[in-house]
Amino acid sequence: MNTTLLLLAVVIAALSGVPSLWPSRRGEAAQSIATAMLLLATALGAAAAIAVLGGGAGRSLHLPLNPLLPELTFGLDALSAVFLLPACLLCACAAVFDLGYWRANAGEGRRVRIFLGLLTASLMSVLAARDGVAFLIAWEAAALSAFFLITTEHRQREVRTAGWIYLAATHAGTLLLLAFFGYWAATSGGFAMTPLAPAAAGGAAGSVLFVLALAAFGLKAGIVPLHFWLPGAHANAPSHVSALLSGVLIKMGVYGVLRAAWMLPGPPVWWGVVVLAIGATSAVVGVAFAIGQHDLKRLLAYHSIENIGIIFLGTGLALLGRATGHAELLALGLGGALLHVWNHGLFKGLLFLAAGATTHACGTREIDRLGGVARTMPQTAACFLVGAVAICGLPPLNGFVSELLTYLGMFRALSDAPTIAGAAMVAIPALALVGAMALLCFVKVFGVVYLGVPRSAAATAEREAPLARRAPMLALAVACLGIGLLPMLALPALQPVIADWVPAGTNPPDLGALVPCSAISVLGLAMLAAGAILWSSLRSRCDRRQRAVGTWDCGYGRPTVAMQYTATSFAQQFVDHSRFLLLPVAHRPATDALFPGPARFDSHVPDLVLDRMLLPTLRGIAVSCNWLRALQRGKVQVYLLYVFLTLLCLLLFA
Amino acid sequence: MTVHSLIHLVLVLLLPPLLLGVIARTKAVFAGRTGPPLLQPYHDLVKLLRKGMVISSATTAMFLAGPAVTLAATLAASLLVPLGHHAAVISFPGDMILFAYLLALGRFFTASAALDTGSPFEGMGAAREVTFAWLAEPSLFLGFVALARVSGSYSLTGMLADPMAPPLGSLGPMVLVVAGWFIVLLAENCRIPFDDPNTHLELTMIHEVMVLDHSGPALGAILYGAAVKLFVFAGLVLGVALPFTADAWTDWLLFVVSVISLAVVVGVVESSMARLRLLHIPKLLVSSSLLTAFAVVFLIDR
Repeated sequence: MNTTLLLLAVVIAALSGVPSLWPSRRGEAAQSIATAMLLLATALGAAAAIAVLGGGAGRSLHLPLNPLLPELTFGLDALSAVFLLPACLLCACAAVFDLGYWRANAGEGRRVRIFLGLLTASLMSVLAARDGVAFLIAWEAAALSAFFLITTEHRQREVRTAGWIYLAATHAGTLLLLAFFGYWAATSGGFAMTPLAPAAAGGAAGSVLFVLALAAFGLKAGIVPLHFWLPGAHANAPSHVSALLSGVLIKMGVYGVLRAAWMLPGPPVWWGVVVLAIGATSAVVGVAFAIGQHDLKRLLAYHSIENIGIIFLGTGLALLGRATGHAELLALGLGGALLHVWNHGLFKGLLFLAAGATTHACGTREIDRLGGVARTMPQTAACFLVGAVAICGLPPLNGFVSELLTYLGMFRALSDAPTIAGAAMVAIPALALVGAMALLCFVKVFGVVYLGVPRSAAATAEREAPLARRAPMLALAVACLGIGLLPMLALPALQPVIADWVPAGTNPPDLGALVPCSAISVLGLAMLAAGAILWSSLRSRCDRRQRAVGTWDCGYGRPTVAMQYTATSFAQQFVDHSRFLLLPVAHRPATDALFPGPARFDSHVPDLVLDRMLLPTLRGIAVSCNWLRALQRGKVQVYLLYVFLTLLCLLLFA
Repeated sequence: MTVHSLIHLVLVLLLPPLLLGVIARTKAVFAGRTGPPLLQPYHDLVKLLRKGMVISSATTAMFLAGPAVTLAATLAASLLVPLGHHAAVISFPGDMILFAYLLALGRFFTASAALDTGSPFEGMGAAREVTFAWLAEPSLFLGFVALARVSGSYSLTGMLADPMAPPLGSLGPMVLVVAGWFIVLLAENCRIPFDDPNTHLELTMIHEVMVLDHSGPALGAILYGAAVKLFVFAGLVLGVALPFTADAWTDWLLFVVSVISLAVVVGVVESSMARLRLLHIPKLLVSSSLLTAFAVVFLIDR
């Protein structure tokens, strides 16, 4: 029943763009139909997910594709449902936000509508796929629709470059996935995605499969150093697409890793340690590079890498718990990872939508050109603030709850065997470091973009974002507050997944008993109330005596708006400390005369992997392969000759 | 609510400004001055509460949310720290993480309120505050790791208020934790050698420059919040450093005496040291993290 519901949602979502194919001058009707169909599809998908998490079963469905291929199997279990729920919410938010996008960019409306529907449908199918063939088809469909969405504004060169890099990266991942499923079929004797017998999974074959899955899905998730495609793609896509990429698409990588780990029971300890190390590295490197960015959306993209790292920390703990039979470690690690999947989807979706509304109103993504946006867009600013506080993991918002679960797991690991305790001793301060760095970064972004005085008349928002853009942001902000203040409502939904992961026959530990939900809730509400009372009493004190005065200028009578602290200057101390990692590039004007003329200063932090390693290497390979061009004659006959010769060789030596 | 929780609340609400008075008096004695009365900070707070406010027209609602949220978060954090080996008012597994993140929430709002004014000086202070806090955070958490390892507990009360812990065998690591956390106390509360609360040049300030534009009750809330934060950190450090007694009431007395002595120590540090150059501050903070890291290393084989 639930699986059928989900497949129905897939069909509706996939068809939602079809009315746009009929030529019409305005496309108003097609847009409304597409949004309505997507909302219906996501509601159905969410209903299926909630039913499964509430204890319902998702029966397997077998769809015969054609006589030559094995039939496709679909199903829905707790792990899929946990990922399905935020995917539905974010796709619905993106569909509503698209109403606002389309009005402003009518030329690209059709493309976005068609591929938004296809992306939603294929993401749902990825989660529902229960065999390798169905999974690969859905995976590739999602990857390609994401490519067309990323390259929506393809008239800009930068967008095209980001799109091609994404396409190359995602296909490298698909190649690895082909290897994974090929080897999986050879090991398990079929394409069905069901858990292997622990005896078969524990050996070398299991480890090869796990490493292949980690590489393939890690490429999609954007773990360091496989993150190189992510910042460009997120920065150059339309904002609601970025929200989907960051909130849902890269989570498919996490889903893949968890699914593969579920398929391979009885993991050795080193899997957990490796995943933990990857998580810590991704989190620290991701946030460090985020601090160096000047582009609002690129900065948010680097934070996705950081949060994927935090999710991997939880995943690593879960694997360690599974390897050692420490059920509480498993429950806290898996619970932390899954809840952070939800939370990151919520607050990063919120941040991208708010950033999109802001950059659209101001016409630039450059943080240092923006400023004082909160004066004209107070609701957007408030939504961004909620997202910023949440992403720093601060109470009383949702980011804190999932980080607390992960921390609790790591503190419990301290009393385990020396290897595991040692890993936790490194991971705990690493997560603390990441939290403080994220705070630095978001104080910078929020303060420079939304607070202060506008830096230029050109980059000033004239009015608040339209309702179609505000409504999804407000919905996501409410969800962030809801999970943060009432975590006891969210945690039971994760319990069925934990029950799937513990060895059969044992009782899974109750997540609600391990996490002090009521204390978080009470303290959070009390603090919110105290803050509100203090704020309003301060407010009431100033209303009576309010006078129009400027900011205290410290004795310098001619301050200009250009003298405000910029994002570059805010981050400068950090970037200087982390020079060894970030390798910033700056062009400093020489001041050699007593009265130097006008000069330009600019600095940026190029990506460590893409700009410093991958592109130079690939360029070198391209140059060194120049001689191969001799074979490229441009005549069809010659190419047919090559085909003939290749076939001949293959047949002779096969 | 037990009588000890009540004493905890009363101490948290009333004692903090006294610490500022003690520090100021100690510094005055070192400088050969009489100095302000011990209760001067209380008078200052009352005076500020009665004053009006001047608010820059450049600011938004964030400007007042800064002091309000910071004070609320600091007070919430103060409920979690056990004082004088008595169980904290609220205690649960993982409360040390909530404690650290509540203080971080205060930092977020203080720094944002500073950026709200659009003043380059306040932006500079905000940048310094969050950059230095980034370096101090690992020290705090490594201390928690060491204490969790020694006590086998996952809450502040279990770590600091249990008479069984810390055993004598872990004396060395505990000394390191106290040393590391004392540096964090000085840094987080903007004392010399990190920051001079009495400096008069905006360019060298960290915390003071962030609150340049706040006045009247808002400034009062900030000063009071800062005093509570100092008190809470003192409670944290003393939780590790103080010896136990058999009697609960003697423990309270011991605690109050030692909090005041800690304030004297801070005053002595402030009188006998110069403020560090900004470039050297990160080095001291990293050393504090390393001290606590060594404490953890010594506890590996336990």
